[in-house]
Amino acid sequence: MSYLAVLLILAGTFFFTTGVIGFLRFPDFYSRMHATGKGDTLGAVLMLAGLALYNLDGGFSLGNIIVSIKLMFIGVFWFLASPTATHALLRAAFDSGLMPWTKDGKPVIEWPPKSGEDK
Amino acid sequence: MENFFLAISLILGLLILLSLYRGVFGPTIFDRIIGMGFVGSKTLVLLVLMGFIYKRVDMFVDISLAYSILIFIGTLVFAKYFQRKGAT
Repeated sequence: MSYLAVLLILAGTFFFTTGVIGFLRFPDFYSRMHATGKGDTLGAVLMLAGLALYNLDGGFSLGNIIVSIKLMFIGVFWFLASPTATHALLRAAFDSGLMPWTKDGKPVIEWPPKSGEDK
Repeated sequence: MENFFLAISLILGLLILLSLYRGVFGPTIFDRIIGMGFVGSKTLVLLVLMGFIYKRVDMFVDISLAYSILIFIGTLVFAKYFQRKGAT
């Protein structure tokens, strides 16, 4: 059981590291959100699952089980909350007029749409 | 096992320092917000690791639970506040 916990924690560290590398190196805000939104969620959930599994290694007493349930609850909450926060922030950035980066500098879509079309 | 947790905590601290760069020098305001959220999600795991190192997990897990809710509400409030034309 302890080996599986170590494996999960190492996998979580790997996803955090890839998220940070993408966060530092990608060219604009939207591609940076692509790196952090996924690496953040999966890394935190994997590490919390590994820590909950390691906590059960000391015996199945009531206190240990409650702590493990709390750790799993943080994981489930973060699995729901992190994509929601990412989505809200992305919508806010798009509404404030931040255009996605392209190689030749031309915008991908016309926004806001020309008059006559509804939103 | 304690040395393993200490090593993982050191790696997480280094990652927090690296992502703090975007939080301070980010080109737009949204880069700063997501940088702070990214730092917070690593602090969340770091708190539980600290609990395992100090052998007081039952106390640190409650702090981590409250902190996760705090990060989520903070990011949502900032996103709602800057959702207007020309806020970059």
